[in-house]
Amino acid sequence: MSEVGIIAYGTSPFTKEEHKIESMLHKSTNDLFQKNPDINKNEIDAVLVSTNNNSKYLSPVLSEMAGIQPKIAHSIESLCNSGTNSIVSAFSYISSGLADMVLVTGAERYDSPGQILEWDNSRGEFKHPIFWASIFSKSYKQEYGISDEQLAIVSVKNHKQAQENPNALSKKTYTVEDVMNSKKLTDDLRLLNCSRPCTGSASILLASKEVAEKYTDMPIWITGIGQKTTSAGFTKNTSLTSMESTVIAGQSALKMSNHNISEIDVAEVHDAFSVCEPMVLESLGFTNQGEGINMSQKLHEENNFMINPRGGLIGSGHPLGATGISQTIEIVQQLQKTAGSRQTNNPKTGLIHNMSAAATSSTVLVLEK
Amino acid sequence: MSFEDELSKGQFCIPECLACKKIIWPPSEFCDSCNGKTSLKKEEFEGKIIEFSKQNENYFCLVEFCGSIRLMAKMESSPEKNQIVKISKCGMDKGSYFFHVI
Repeated sequence: MSEVGIIAYGTSPFTKEEHKIESMLHKSTNDLFQKNPDINKNEIDAVLVSTNNNSKYLSPVLSEMAGIQPKIAHSIESLCNSGTNSIVSAFSYISSGLADMVLVTGAERYDSPGQILEWDNSRGEFKHPIFWASIFSKSYKQEYGISDEQLAIVSVKNHKQAQENPNALSKKTYTVEDVMNSKKLTDDLRLLNCSRPCTGSASILLASKEVAEKYTDMPIWITGIGQKTTSAGFTKNTSLTSMESTVIAGQSALKMSNHNISEIDVAEVHDAFSVCEPMVLESLGFTNQGEGINMSQKLHEENNFMINPRGGLIGSGHPLGATGISQTIEIVQQLQKTAGSRQTNNPKTGLIHNMSAAATSSTVLVLEK
Repeated sequence: MSFEDELSKGQFCIPECLACKKIIWPPSEFCDSCNGKTSLKKEEFEGKIIEFSKQNENYFCLVEFCGSIRLMAKMESSPEKNQIVKISKCGMDKGSYFFHVI
């Protein structure tokens, strides 16, 4: 299997602004080419679009707008982990030899239809994600004796870290008291425990080793991939305090990369709600069960940006189709030591965790210099 | 009659494979194990509350039936974990299912 590297990226700010999806796709793609004017668009074999938007034929549309005539052009939708699913598809095209260079662009609008899985009727009238997040939060707090104040620290930490990310939706820091006093959505969830849907886009360019080394001295290699889908419906989750798909995807990605979790220096994890961060940290093996919140709290107190340096979904905002790509860009920047004031201490190996629909599907990537 | 036809009339049924007797959820015409056809069991099923939370004055509960079916249902009185409940009302509203338990 040939090596696959990330050689360029572009992004738009994450906002609540009104833009057409086509315009959003073009924004981050254009940013990528502006930052990398030497890239020959004629060498791009595939253009993959990651989105939950209902507009049609978006990959050919983006290709035309960007002046690319790829061999392969199509969209990929998998709710919130569409972005990393698209990266896995790009990896597969390159490693199989079908393509040497693939552009992956993800975009979403604040009013994305991907926020609610209409098919999942087992949720009854409680289809909005706040309901599964409330059930997870209640169960997790009871199982491990965690308080609402402790969970609020995740939101405080990630909003703080987002202030160092110029593209983040969040422009404000919050205290634990602010989180506790924010709008009560349910008995177990406050508004500031939630990531917010927004408008945004992110693009990356992947290439085979031969092409990557032609364009950059600092390619970042995808050395581990793990994916697992256990179901589509929230009510099929056997555990409400850990994430089975994340456990399996994480183990697969680490095995492929020949690393163990203690060798991961920096990670972006899918904190759709505050309870998700400790659950993911535990499911990936960063900590024992019930101790994820202690890790988040310790990192916050030490001002250590190791987990969710760009602010995670809570701080950055969550434009579904762009999220996994934006997470990946952050780890690329961290490994290239170009993350500015978010830079962690000399990371060599990074991890991305991106999931969908109450952790019924997870994707984990391992990146290395 | 399909599951949704019955649900629209306020009848909660449980789909079961005619061949291997596996309970299929979410409801489907076919078994996800042996691919056989399913039929609908009509009873007053008892469920167990697995977890719950509250929004405004209403509780929403994750309820398990027959050891394998889980669904989200509304409950007016204060629930307890492992409490045994029955479906008091169910139906469809604009294409979405709804369930109430007591």
